[in-house]
Amino acid sequence: MSTAAATHDDHHDHHHAPTGLKRWLFSTNHKDIGTLYLWFSFAMFLSGGFLAMVIRAELLEPGMQFVDPEFFNQMTTVHGLVMVFGAVMPATVGLANWMIPLMIGAPDMALPRMNNWSFWILPFAFTILIGSVVMSAFGAGNPSAPNFGWTFYAPLSTKYGPASTDLFILSVHMMGISSIMGAINVVVTVFNMRAPGMTLMKMPLFVWTWLITAFLLIAVIPVLAGAVTMMLTDRHFGTSFFDAAGGGDPVLFQHVFWFFGHPEVYIMILPSFGIVSAIIPAFARKPLFGYASMVYATASIALLSFVVWAHHMFTVGMPLAGTLFFMYMTMLISVPTGVKVFNWVATMWRGSMTFELPMKWAIAFVVLFTCGGLSGLMLAITPVDFQYHDTYFVVAHFHYVLVTGAIFSIFAAAYYWLPKWSGIMPNKTLGELHFWNSLISANLLFFPMHFVGLAGMPRRYADYALQFADYNFWISIGGFWFGLSQLLFLAVTVLCAMKKGEKAPAKPWEGAEGLEWEVPSPAPFHTYDTPPVVK
Amino acid sequence: MQSTLFHRAAAGLTSLMISGMTFASDWTERSDLDLRPGVTQVSQEVQNLHTTVLWIVTVIGLLVCGLILFSMIRHRRSKNPNPSTFHENVFFEVLWTVIPFVILIAMAVPATRVLVQLDDTAESELTVKVTGYRWKWSYEYLTYEDDNDIGVSFFSNLATPPEQYNNPVLSGGLFPYGTAKDLVGKDAPEKDHNYNLEVDNKLIIPSGQKVRFLVTSDDVIHSFWVPDFGGKKDAIPGFVNETWALVPEGKEGTYYGQCAELCGKNHAFMPIAVEVVTQDEFKTWITEEKEKAASGPDLTPFAGIDQAMEEGKQVYDSACALCHGANGEGGIGLAFAGTEFATKKEHLNEHIDVLVNGRAAMPNFKAQLTPRQIAAVITYERNAFGNDTGDLIQPADVNDHE
Repeated sequence: MSTAAATHDDHHDHHHAPTGLKRWLFSTNHKDIGTLYLWFSFAMFLSGGFLAMVIRAELLEPGMQFVDPEFFNQMTTVHGLVMVFGAVMPATVGLANWMIPLMIGAPDMALPRMNNWSFWILPFAFTILIGSVVMSAFGAGNPSAPNFGWTFYAPLSTKYGPASTDLFILSVHMMGISSIMGAINVVVTVFNMRAPGMTLMKMPLFVWTWLITAFLLIAVIPVLAGAVTMMLTDRHFGTSFFDAAGGGDPVLFQHVFWFFGHPEVYIMILPSFGIVSAIIPAFARKPLFGYASMVYATASIALLSFVVWAHHMFTVGMPLAGTLFFMYMTMLISVPTGVKVFNWVATMWRGSMTFELPMKWAIAFVVLFTCGGLSGLMLAITPVDFQYHDTYFVVAHFHYVLVTGAIFSIFAAAYYWLPKWSGIMPNKTLGELHFWNSLISANLLFFPMHFVGLAGMPRRYADYALQFADYNFWISIGGFWFGLSQLLFLAVTVLCAMKKGEKAPAKPWEGAEGLEWEVPSPAPFHTYDTPPVVK
Repeated sequence: MQSTLFHRAAAGLTSLMISGMTFASDWTERSDLDLRPGVTQVSQEVQNLHTTVLWIVTVIGLLVCGLILFSMIRHRRSKNPNPSTFHENVFFEVLWTVIPFVILIAMAVPATRVLVQLDDTAESELTVKVTGYRWKWSYEYLTYEDDNDIGVSFFSNLATPPEQYNNPVLSGGLFPYGTAKDLVGKDAPEKDHNYNLEVDNKLIIPSGQKVRFLVTSDDVIHSFWVPDFGGKKDAIPGFVNETWALVPEGKEGTYYGQCAELCGKNHAFMPIAVEVVTQDEFKTWITEEKEKAASGPDLTPFAGIDQAMEEGKQVYDSACALCHGANGEGGIGLAFAGTEFATKKEHLNEHIDVLVNGRAAMPNFKAQLTPRQIAAVITYERNAFGNDTGDLIQPADVNDHE
């Protein structure tokens, strides 16, 4: 891969760049919008984390000490929603915005104005959602914020939902519109704006995984929109989709929700696979093992994700044949996922590895994601799932795949590409502290959850029986430690944003491959106005 | 159990080190690291399956981590400055697709067998209908052996007194509902051993006989779960799910469980307690209960207000406190302490009516409490929390109320 265009772009840098507030409000530049997405998702990560701190404070000891059980339920609900829709998803969209045009040699995203809109919907959507929590904590009469879990099962969220459920529905619709627009933008960009010679099977794996993620988003976000719309009409317009008394079915809600919800899980993790597939070869100084099988494995995971949804609801009393089908399909997912893990190990094998910060996070990702994947396989075994279901074992599982999985890979991506974004190398001392503190505290936080779950502690419990007390104490300590550790990352990013630190060269990582390293650091405002030629 | 954080930290660390793979005999003992084997044959099969799968994934996990660790040590730049360039190998790629597939089949076979067994609710000797309510359970005995008309049913509430779980250290914004302001900073009473698990009326079942549970709900989705019986089943309004348990003879005792599906504010406060007794004891008990149910409610008047207050406090703590506050300060339900409703004579009839017939979100308690209990609790609400109205309501007043 080579380009003659990179240096030619420099003189564009100054005339178009607007300044001040207008630069951000009216931006149609993929880099600025990517930056907005990334800062927004980090702000949401810290807010969602704060809610988790409230949860862990309450669970430090048995008994109700800090909040009311009702407020506790609002915390678990909004923590989940903010982390899923506010932290992980926008972070990967931010990475896509920044990196996809750079990686495929495109000047910008295909639909730049829509790009602006899809970002600027989000702050309003989350203001509505988090506003309901603020009102619940401080408002007159303490109107309840959404309190039915991030899965908002009917009829708890319909007939029994608080008034703020309608704010929640509006907010989810807005997030959905934003996600669909972002996804359409990625698909159109990848199909139409690749540089000459950049065939599909030459694309970096991050672009591939995001392309597949975008198709998943377009397929399932409308289903989520359907679910919340049915809730709305059940609540206010006399329908009974989810009310057995009117001929509906509460279980229908779960089928619709999880038809969205399971692909959603892969929406959050597939971009991570792409990130790690970029970083491991760079620091092993060896090409990615099994590129083609990685692409096919990602596609199979995406396809299988449409036929496994009911494994989230084995206990609702499905017929035996249905239960068996969903058990077998779910177990099958571990085959393509295993292929990916083995490919990463084979990429490291007989490489020449160094362990800079991005590589540390990427290896932690592979190990801990595997741990979460294996507990996922255990959860697939239906008869045993009857015991695991809705316990802390499930909480441990999905935090391993989402925190030490998705979020660790996002940190890996940030440390890997921050030099390109800011032109500054991330501070090594702070970065090392951030990594080691996060690694140890995340395991102290999430590993004992397996034990309390197996011992029988149900999830979403504001208070628990005394036999669970010791582990919960340690889980809470791990939680506070992990939460505080993230402030180190805030310091790293603020230093980069303030341009304090060592200047980064165009290609700061010796073994890194790809078009993004052929433009200067920081990447100029406009890149690849003339497409590079990929050989 | 009231200890400082330091004590808890020390105890926790010790338990992490010594708990190992031993099983506590009772669920309420210090928790295990692993899934409990339970008491039924099915729960033990589930536990065996769990152990098998856990070993398989542990070996796979250690293998993957071992390879990564080996590679990190041997294939770092200082040891291996010239990287290889291989990037595919058909043999290995086929190998690590096929081997996991074979392992999956090996796991699917026993899983299918246990699942089929769990699904078989036929030929039960006792059928109990379990209904989830916010936030309590009701048990209705439908059939036992040849008897298809038992007519025994009762509600089961949390028996842990609110003083034990309400230990607020802050008041105000973060404690928005059912404010327990006067409890802030007070020392809470010692927590019982079965804290948060004990109930007022246990579900009683016989050992050595297959018991079928018909699980449903009156409001939102709950989930009926006794870990020692090997699984849970959701209680869904408008639908009836089936599950079963057969506790072998010689395993009589009390088994605890909890609601496992988020059902609102007091999700964590609706435990399940099942007392397994011998068949002889069960027959004696069910016969007595049938007679009691047939003879109509106990309408003996209270000897005095103190007797009514004493019985009323027990009813209030288990049936009312979750919504109306431990000290009548209100919450989801309205307040009693010093309110017109609970102190003015003209509201007395209304007060009885709300309990007997329900009103809006307040369910009717005619099915859940006896007239004697309703009379006692109204007396309590009108005389406790500083109300001191002197009103004494008799069981007959409630029973006569339409």
